[in-house]
Amino acid sequence: MATLELGLEEDVSAAPVRPARRLGALFRLAIGWMMLVFAVAILADMLPLPSPTDMDMLEKRAPFSFEHWLGTDGFGRDELARLVYGARVSLVVGLCAPVIGLTIGGALGMLAGYFRGRFETFVVGSMDVLLAFPPLVLALAVTAYLGQSIFNLTCILGVLGIPAFMRVARAATLSLARREFVIAAQALGATHARILLRELLPNVLLPLLAYFLLVVAVTIVVESALSFLGLGVPPPVPSWGSMIGEGRESLDVAPRLAFIPAIAMFLTVLSFNLVGDTMRALTDPRQGAL
Amino acid sequence: MSSGVLLSVEDVVVDLPTPRGNLRAVDHVDLAVGAGRTLGIVGESGCGKTMLSRAILQLLPRKARPSGRVMFDGQDLLRLPAEKLRRLRGRSLAVVFQDPMTSLNPVLTIGTQLIETIREHLELDLAEARQRGVDLLAAVGIPAPEQRLEQYPHQLSGGMRQRVAIAIALSCEPKLLIADEPTTALDVTIQAQILDLLAREQRRRHMAMIIITHDLGVVAGRTDEVAVMYAGRVVERAPTSALFKQMRMPYTEALLAALPKLDAAPHTPLPAISGRPPDPTRPLKGCSFAPRCRYAAGRCNTEKPSLSRAETPGHLYACFHPIETGAGAVA
Amino acid sequence: MAFVARRLLYLVPVLIAVSVLTFVIASLLPGDLAYVILGDQATPENVAALRHDMGLDQPIWLRYFGWLGHILQGDFGRSFRTGQTVLQAMSERVPVSFELMILAELLGLAIGVPLAIACAAKSGSAFDRFMTGSAFAMLSVPSFLSAILLIYLFAVELRWLPATGYVPFSEDPLANLRFMVLPALTLALAEWPGIMRVLRSDMIAALQEDYIALAKAKGLKPSRILFVHALKPSSLTLVTITGINIGRLIGGAVIVETIFALPGIGRLLVGAIYNRDLIILQGVVLLVAAGFVIMNFIVDMLYAVLDPRIRHGHA
Repeated sequence: MATLELGLEEDVSAAPVRPARRLGALFRLAIGWMMLVFAVAILADMLPLPSPTDMDMLEKRAPFSFEHWLGTDGFGRDELARLVYGARVSLVVGLCAPVIGLTIGGALGMLAGYFRGRFETFVVGSMDVLLAFPPLVLALAVTAYLGQSIFNLTCILGVLGIPAFMRVARAATLSLARREFVIAAQALGATHARILLRELLPNVLLPLLAYFLLVVAVTIVVESALSFLGLGVPPPVPSWGSMIGEGRESLDVAPRLAFIPAIAMFLTVLSFNLVGDTMRALTDPRQGAL
Repeated sequence: MSSGVLLSVEDVVVDLPTPRGNLRAVDHVDLAVGAGRTLGIVGESGCGKTMLSRAILQLLPRKARPSGRVMFDGQDLLRLPAEKLRRLRGRSLAVVFQDPMTSLNPVLTIGTQLIETIREHLELDLAEARQRGVDLLAAVGIPAPEQRLEQYPHQLSGGMRQRVAIAIALSCEPKLLIADEPTTALDVTIQAQILDLLAREQRRRHMAMIIITHDLGVVAGRTDEVAVMYAGRVVERAPTSALFKQMRMPYTEALLAALPKLDAAPHTPLPAISGRPPDPTRPLKGCSFAPRCRYAAGRCNTEKPSLSRAETPGHLYACFHPIETGAGAVA
Repeated sequence: MAFVARRLLYLVPVLIAVSVLTFVIASLLPGDLAYVILGDQATPENVAALRHDMGLDQPIWLRYFGWLGHILQGDFGRSFRTGQTVLQAMSERVPVSFELMILAELLGLAIGVPLAIACAAKSGSAFDRFMTGSAFAMLSVPSFLSAILLIYLFAVELRWLPATGYVPFSEDPLANLRFMVLPALTLALAEWPGIMRVLRSDMIAALQEDYIALAKAKGLKPSRILFVHALKPSSLTLVTITGINIGRLIGGAVIVETIFALPGIGRLLVGAIYNRDLIILQGVVLLVAAGFVIMNFIVDMLYAVLDPRIRHGHA
């Protein structure tokens, strides 16, 4: 069994090595930016930053200075501090929500792909229902009813990610379930649970994780969009989306208040997309060759 | 035979860069086809016969590096400007590909694909071109040609599709038709019909034709001359009748032996050629066929035999140990 | 035909499930509708009376069937703030959103398709690499970012176009278009990268096909090979992309209408949320989801009609 799996992986990884090398420099820059964002988000409390919520009405929209490196916003709050704490919100929501989607969607997809039959029909059908709502509209509606909080926001964005993860897991399971190593395990009398967890899960996890990064990018965008509309993270907690939304009011006098968080968000989303896309190319199971 | 050479392939080499190194798909090939004559190119898949035809048609993959000369009607196709080449292709130089399922555009009607060729090269208005299209479809044996013009390729059977492809190739009365494995993708029962159609139209239109195939049986009664290719090189070349009377190259003999024979006892196992063709990215020092050849000895493994003359006029072969006269009369 | 019938049959359970889900979401509200409506005047007696009037004291499944019954008769409810019915509000707003989405998709195609063709024709060239890279980068720019950028450039700095506002097309077509340019362009900027990427790779694949080799061997002009032989098979992909884009366009419209103050469905939705106008919200969500399902169905059908292989395969 082990040799078989090894053989498969070699086949898969042999072909697309080149694009990864070509993307080398950009890929490393993206990883670097992601690590920087992670670092400041985790260490935010330890950094010598002013409070992101302390207002100073005498210093509204102050320009860059030694005291406020990126100036202050319309309420005199330190822009850099808000940017750093905003990263924290974006990452918490952006990472936790896809974890929900990955866990539930991945499990449903594997079960559907492994057991087939009625259960699969039911799962695929329910996903079609979920997909019948334009994602942003559903997110808006649910947060409107449930109330705005980071927890609610994470849950709803997580649920929205389920169908996509379900599809990836189901497709991977379907193609794997007919392979020799699974059939061999079945012939040896392994239980369904054992086959799913020991044989299938390790193989399904790789494409799921590659996809995970792309969903993180989308989630960050949706969270920001909701916060931009004032319907995401409740104020005064800083979020990149709400910073851009507030900055929009002063585009004529201080465009930087909108553009600084916009650039931070763009770079972060781009990095996740870039790394995710590369990972997906590397793990893309071109199993037609087998 | 000397009546005007239409196409001459002179010292053509095609190199393909691959991740594993340079692949020499066509290795110093010389061939000639006279006007109105028929040449068969025979070889296993991967022997370079298709790459050679693509070199003649100038349809090589973008990264391929061809060299040598392909003289057609006094012009070197390898060095012809794109626009001149375009006017030549479809007009005097036509092709029929292996699989009519993939060589006809699935979302355009038969009529569109036929008439666009006619209108591109001949000064005809739409009605005239349409009439010519109908006549062509009828000529290649397609019933109800008027209705067929409105149909899409998937609505026709494989044999009918290949007839359409032939009609397209014939549409501007080409001087040379290249048929690249024209029957390989078809049912066995259809194959002979298509080959006979090609032979009939070739004679009727006095055009030259190159039939590329892996099947010696296909070229047997239908060509004037046969060239056998192996590992990118022409290893034997002879007038068809001379070749089947007396083949000198052990590879040709092996190819012929691999054909099923009607007069053999039922369940006779076919003698397949043992081994595989050499890796084209790792050229051998000696004869490329030596590792699989039962006559191979001595210098076969150290030196490449060149294409040299046999006793019969026009018969050339590349072998140090040719089959002795009288020994290989199998057919 | 069997194909159409099967797809149509599948619509029914999906639409029913959509209505259930919409209803359940709306019933999730902590507290309930009666409190929201009564606001400050909520006393236990008032609330109980209103709950009884509205049937809120009945079990949820009874309420669902009551609600569904009204909907099947065309009664989607009435805003308790403006007194407008859901259908009135929708019928006023739908044309605005439709105009926006159609303009955006056309603009997206107008940018994406020529770029895709140019890149496919010269795949691997510097131009191709640059455009592919730009498209990838643009995929990371959400519409509210491009909206801000466009407003800043064209409304704040250059003062060429209005930043917000709306005039109905029937009143003044030219003014209507002036108000529509920036919102439509914002959405188009999010659309073209997807269109370009998919069409480009599809055309590159098509250009490797045997029928392209034959088209070249037939001596056709390069333009005909590119636009007829390679683009026509790929045009099916365009229909698919357009279908996939609808969901994102609706989401994008919500944001863009809010930013540019266009009175479309998206703004109706966001307004209903701001005002806690829950009847409107419920009706709009249901109608948008149903519309989305039906539009996806139409795209599926369109695909079948356009592809001769599918059309004849099932005929």
